[in-house]
Amino acid sequence: MAQRIDLKDLNVYYGSFLAVADVSMTIEPRSVTAFIGPSGCGKSTLLRTLNRMHEVIPGARVGGTVEMDGVDLYGSDVDAVAVRRQIGMVFQRPNPFPTMSIAENVLAGVRLNNSRIGKDEASELVERSLQGANLWNEVKDRLDRPGSSLSGGQQQRLCIARAIAVKPQVLLMDEPCSALDPISTLAIEDLIADLRSEYTIVIVTHNMQQAARVSDRTGFFNIAGTGKPGKLIEMDDTRTMFSTPSEQATEDYISGRFG
Amino acid sequence: MSSTDQQPARPAPPTGLRGLVERRTSRDLAGRLFSATATGAGALILVTLAAVAVFLVVRAWPAMTTPAEELADAISWIPEGSTLLGYVGPLVFGTLLAAVLALALAVPVATGIALFISHYAPRRLASPLGYVVDLLAAIPSVIYGLWGGLWLAPRLLPAWQWLADNLGFIPLFREPASTPPRVIMTVGVVLAVMILPIITAVAREVFLQTPRLHEEAALALGATRWEMVRMAVIPFGRSGLISAAMLGLGRALGETMAVFMILSPGFTYSFELLQAGQHQTIAANIANQFAEANPLGVSALIATGLALFVITLAVNTAARWVVARRKDFSGAN
Amino acid sequence: MTTTPTQPRAARRPTTRDLLTRADPRRRWTDRIMHVVITSAFLVALVPLVSVIWTVVSNGVVRMSPYFLSVSMRGVYGGIDAGGIYHAILGTLLITGLATLISVPVGLMTAIYLVEYGRGPLARAVTFFVDVMTGIPSIVAGLFAYSLFALFLGPGVRLGAVGSVALSVLMIPVVVRSSEEMLRLVPNELREASYALGVPKWLTIIKVVLRTSVAGIITGVMLSVARVIGETAPLLIVAGVIDSINTNLFEGRMMTLPVYVFRQYSQGLVPCSPEAVDCIATINYDRAWGAALALIVIVMLLNLVARLIARYFAPKTGH
Repeated sequence: MAQRIDLKDLNVYYGSFLAVADVSMTIEPRSVTAFIGPSGCGKSTLLRTLNRMHEVIPGARVGGTVEMDGVDLYGSDVDAVAVRRQIGMVFQRPNPFPTMSIAENVLAGVRLNNSRIGKDEASELVERSLQGANLWNEVKDRLDRPGSSLSGGQQQRLCIARAIAVKPQVLLMDEPCSALDPISTLAIEDLIADLRSEYTIVIVTHNMQQAARVSDRTGFFNIAGTGKPGKLIEMDDTRTMFSTPSEQATEDYISGRFG
Repeated sequence: MSSTDQQPARPAPPTGLRGLVERRTSRDLAGRLFSATATGAGALILVTLAAVAVFLVVRAWPAMTTPAEELADAISWIPEGSTLLGYVGPLVFGTLLAAVLALALAVPVATGIALFISHYAPRRLASPLGYVVDLLAAIPSVIYGLWGGLWLAPRLLPAWQWLADNLGFIPLFREPASTPPRVIMTVGVVLAVMILPIITAVAREVFLQTPRLHEEAALALGATRWEMVRMAVIPFGRSGLISAAMLGLGRALGETMAVFMILSPGFTYSFELLQAGQHQTIAANIANQFAEANPLGVSALIATGLALFVITLAVNTAARWVVARRKDFSGAN
Repeated sequence: MTTTPTQPRAARRPTTRDLLTRADPRRRWTDRIMHVVITSAFLVALVPLVSVIWTVVSNGVVRMSPYFLSVSMRGVYGGIDAGGIYHAILGTLLITGLATLISVPVGLMTAIYLVEYGRGPLARAVTFFVDVMTGIPSIVAGLFAYSLFALFLGPGVRLGAVGSVALSVLMIPVVVRSSEEMLRLVPNELREASYALGVPKWLTIIKVVLRTSVAGIITGVMLSVARVIGETAPLLIVAGVIDSINTNLFEGRMMTLPVYVFRQYSQGLVPCSPEAVDCIATINYDRAWGAALALIVIVMLLNLVARLIARYFAPKTGH
């Protein structure tokens, strides 16, 4: 299921402002890729261009190519809705639909494509997705309660369950733990480790220990100053990045000298 | 800021403890006077509203206590053998029918307009477009009456005839459609236009408040824009939409001139929307009869006005209650 | 995947290109249709707006002239080519003016009470009943004003001042709401800065709070005037109908523009004999449109000026 993604000379603009410049990288299938870097360096912006979610922001546009399995996501015949269906996303703050129950939240994406899903099939999918998100045991007795009744960490895992229920190729995570307490964070990190075998995962994080713990490869982003575009400084195996980075800026950032 | 400008203009402070005390008391007096005036103004609102209720009841009392026989004798337009309640009944029915009709026409359109402004039109156009819709609210009702009676009604006639010809088997549209179309359906259309702005304004605000998080959640699942609206925006705005509709209903119930100038009155419990001379609303009936009514007649009209007051009060209070309840919930997430 | 019907059964798995390019046609069409539906809802709302303004302007200019604005209807009968709206404009200005004089102090002081002093059950009751008052049907306000004055002056009372009271009942809640909103916009730091200088609360309210929010309050008052100036029903039943000029609010009936529009409309077509030279069959309708044009111009001007005040004076409050 998982696919590889290739970025070539990617530039992201907000209106006339160049936010991210000249990013080329390869994101390997069935692995976790982490984006790290100081605030405002464009990591989240870049993440959003991987499933065209940046198009929601007025004035945002992209130059260069993002290819999944050799197909340019920005090609003229490609449908943004289909892209997002294949490349799921988990946000910084958990965002289950407040008016839907836990089970309905899981099925929300599935029902878009297949509104007449059978009852058995639906409950089986709910169980499978919630188990995939390590949430089943905690909520199996209250699937019809509203999603907002869960704790923050549970809500975030519910959002992951909702994202994997549609069986995407790639899962994007935009600082998924930044609004959570340490225990919930640990639960999410365990989950990411489990999901690695099935999905291509890209995670943006502020937390370098987290990047070191969960990711196989790490990309470090930086900006030269305010008003300048964010750039990919270097990208390598996580172990290499955290032990012997080739760039001075990476080493400064990782050792906590700035950022 | 502006308070510092005031500084030089203030009188030189009196010296000594005595001066300080004197100054305090005179200022206290002014302060007390000011706060008493403010409180009095607030209390006046309550008194006024109580007075509205009391005066209406007092004035309506003679008509409510006079025996039916006498009432019908004294007031030319109350039919023989009818009680006051029997007279008010069809009026309440007509009022509700016109308002519900207007609501049924206005709510879908207003929802569409609000969605267009909040989620379809470019963001920077949102407030000018909202202003254009608000302009509809600025036009006085008598002008809607004039427009509805002289311009719109003749143009609606073919539509009503088409409805009667093709859907005449439904009792609502029983044929033939009256000519000229001084019918409740025409009134409903005009009232719908008049309540469109208030419903749109409230719905627009609610839709704009939809959390971005929920909208992005839907889009990231691969929802189209309409599916996003259905998954995130409408569930979030549902209660706001309900209270908006009720505010519109309250407005439509009390509208006088547009009904008075268009509708050919009648006093029946009829659902035939395209027939003239079947319906009348409380407000239009008061405007129609008041000038020529004798004292007992005025009393009877005020009794009907009291009924209207109670109905609109109930509708508006319910609407506010829904709004308030929604406020409590919005903090939940 | 299960919903790509063009896919041959049991064929190879869909390629990535298939997955990314083949949107479900049914969903795509629903999306497009709803886009059209929602956009047309907006366009539908423009139809009455444009047609009301167009019909009023195009029909209204027929009779609009300095003569029309400067004479009353005294001695005008049948279909003669005469008569104007001077008395109605005068009546509208006087009645609305008195209503404003009543409503602004009461409304503004109530708003000050709610924002600066109001605590506890009285404030909650006032807030609630201001909301209730917003929903009073205008005809009920007219009945109330009539009942109030009939108590002192006997039944059948018709005065300009009664109309002003009726309009005040409608206007006060609007003034309270808009002023309250403006007063709440004044940052608390300003008040505290003033208290810190030893300025008592009431002076702070007058010199700091009101001064900061004056543009917004004036805007709100003008919008509320614009709202009640077109009220017809209460004036029809309490201020009555008259053809000549009356400048005394406390004696006799008084004509107003909206009632004039209604009056002319309700008189309908004039039966002109074929040989009559000085007879216009549609004269009443023409006058109604003319008066409607004058009314709409007044209302739109009030709205426009109010918004201009809000736009040009509001930034001063923020600095």
